[in-house]
Amino acid sequence: MDTIRGGNLIDLGTLSRDAIVEVLDTAESFVEVASRTVKKVPALSGRVVASLFYEESTRTRLSFETAAKRLSADVLSLAVASSSVKKGESLRDTIATIEALGIDAVVLRHRSSGAAEQVSRYVPHVRVINAGDGLHQHPTQGLLDAFTVRRALAGRRGVEALGTGASLFEGLRVVIVGDIRHSRVARSDIDAYVTLGARVSVAGPATLLPDDLDDWPVEVATDLDAALEQSDVVSLLRLQTERGTGAFVPSLREFTSTFGLTEERAARLRPEAVVMHPGPINRGVELDSAVADLPSSLIAQQVANGVPIRMAVLYLTIAGRTKEER
Amino acid sequence: MTELLIRGGWVVGEAATVRADVHVRDGAIVSVGEDLDVPTGALVIDAEGCWVGPGFVDLHAHLREPGGEAAETVASGARAAAVGGFTAIVAMPNTEPAIDSVDTASYVLSRGRHAVVDVAVAGAITVGRRGEHLAPMAELAALGVRLFTDDGAVVQDAAVMRRALVYARPLGVRLAQHAEDASLAGPGHMNEGPVSSRLGLIGRPTLAEDVIVARDLELVRVTGAPLHFLHLSSARALALVEAARAEGLPITAEVTPHHLTLHESACGTYDATFKVNPPLRGTRDVDAVRDALRRGVVDAVATDHAPHAPETKDRSFDEAPSGVLGLEHAAALVNEVLGDDPVRFFAALSRQPARIAQLRGGDARAGLSAHGGSIVPGEDANLVVFDPATTWVASREILQSRARNTPYHGRQLRGRVRATVVRGEVVVHEGELQ
Repeated sequence: MDTIRGGNLIDLGTLSRDAIVEVLDTAESFVEVASRTVKKVPALSGRVVASLFYEESTRTRLSFETAAKRLSADVLSLAVASSSVKKGESLRDTIATIEALGIDAVVLRHRSSGAAEQVSRYVPHVRVINAGDGLHQHPTQGLLDAFTVRRALAGRRGVEALGTGASLFEGLRVVIVGDIRHSRVARSDIDAYVTLGARVSVAGPATLLPDDLDDWPVEVATDLDAALEQSDVVSLLRLQTERGTGAFVPSLREFTSTFGLTEERAARLRPEAVVMHPGPINRGVELDSAVADLPSSLIAQQVANGVPIRMAVLYLTIAGRTKEER
Repeated sequence: MTELLIRGGWVVGEAATVRADVHVRDGAIVSVGEDLDVPTGALVIDAEGCWVGPGFVDLHAHLREPGGEAAETVASGARAAAVGGFTAIVAMPNTEPAIDSVDTASYVLSRGRHAVVDVAVAGAITVGRRGEHLAPMAELAALGVRLFTDDGAVVQDAAVMRRALVYARPLGVRLAQHAEDASLAGPGHMNEGPVSSRLGLIGRPTLAEDVIVARDLELVRVTGAPLHFLHLSSARALALVEAARAEGLPITAEVTPHHLTLHESACGTYDATFKVNPPLRGTRDVDAVRDALRRGVVDAVATDHAPHAPETKDRSFDEAPSGVLGLEHAAALVNEVLGDDPVRFFAALSRQPARIAQLRGGDARAGLSAHGGSIVPGEDANLVVFDPATTWVASREILQSRARNTPYHGRQLRGRVRATVVRGEVVVHEGELQ
């Protein structure tokens, strides 16, 4: 797809470079809203966004709801958690109930891969924005990571990020470290970076790499230390011990000693390299506490940039008209 | 009872096909020959261009009764079977409660006596299908149960499986294994491979099947007890079975219509209609399953007919139950795979499954008629008239099953059951249930 205007956002792998750049550029125009005294624009006034989180998530949920409110949309926030599932209501019935209330878009977080795509079939006239589905995709995370990198690189060069298109990603070396196999963030990040022109490599314990890595558009960094010395962006993934992925490595200590960004490893980074993490951080597991707070860490910016990216996604999908409509 | 003349068809024997009429009276075939006279008052079935052979026998039908009547009952499953050309089906024991006692088996058999086709029962190997303690196989065998399986679950403990094989052998019954190592299959939802990786769904590797098949072949070698492998789906497992059979081990095996005709890519839109265990596989495995059927490496096609109420299949892919419908479309799909090969078609759908289930004439049977036999005078008239050339489109809207979870909705099929005859009675005529 060449634009998300008037469409859904489910899988970054389906978006072209132009479509991604359009989201990043639109987000740039929303950044300054946060610095206003009245942090609101009327772009989605009168529109209704349902926020449906079947999985606990503080930051993504708050980020989406803040974004919707800054665009003056009404937010229907449903505390689903797992309660209606326990009561036996199917996803289809829950969505039908919400649709009956009159909504323009639904932001869906679900522990099942494919939930957003299924919902898009149930309610074809409602825009569906995937806020993370199982192990599959987390497209707004991929977009905000690319957005954060582009802003940082532009800032160093003293240029406005807006107008650089995808040029700053050309030849950029990105290494993604950790549990690639079970990570929706990895899948979306790889889609975003590769589509924008970056060279992506992945590193992690062999049990946490996908079996079909040969078919992925990435290289495998067999020597993490060497990869770190050559990388412009180091993206760490959360080890989701709460989902049992700790069983794929002998111990967290061994994971940290082999693939964690310890202070010693961080010393190998090039001075201009940046460190990213989608949060929440397991301090002392994926990275040492001190590394998280280094100037090269963009972790705080990632959180802040979540709002303008989600504003851009909501605005383009809900208000943006498709080419046919224009 | 009805008198009946099936006229002008191709009668399919064990080795050859001849053009002949078949005259049925009082539940049995009375004569077979060219241009028979129409007896007074006889119903005539026009079989011009059709194959006439023994009714199909399904080794693997989940009829859901008792416990799952919202999805299927013995009666509705039997109607689906009749439309699909089956004259006998084996009810799987993964009901609630499981068929692991004389009481439950008797209940299902009693429901079967009122059904439109013959219903045999498979018993559980272990109590509650929990893989721990042997079910009362001798008592169940005395009721006429000839197949035992924990299907849906694997007998994971090798010592329990060995003990079950040793115990079953003198009873003259056959065990059947759902070959998937539970630890390797894990919580997997579809075949492990590039598609599962892209979709973010946890994979269920062919390795899980291969490991149990390899283990059980060694158990059969030691015990000498016959074993049937259910729904084989892996190229490697089929190769192991082929080698074991060449050695003379008493192994039989089945494949399903869906593993013959559908590919893992069908899961690409997260439609749980295509979720099944073992999962739909990749090209290499699908090709191996088709090849195994064509070359006779496996004996039978069995449907693994698995009805689920619509609301349960509406869940997200990982939460939805596994299973697809099979009875009503199986014959057309087998026809598609085998091409113009009526002898192998009836071998895979009728004669060999009847042998495995011990439903042929001469087998010790409990209240059931003979299936999968020759089309000769004296045989019980369990027959199917199948038109191999007609094309039609499968639809979930016109099923006899209570459930709607067919993976073939909208697919063009070649070959259709024109008539099904059970114990000399026409239960399906012109494709319609009577």
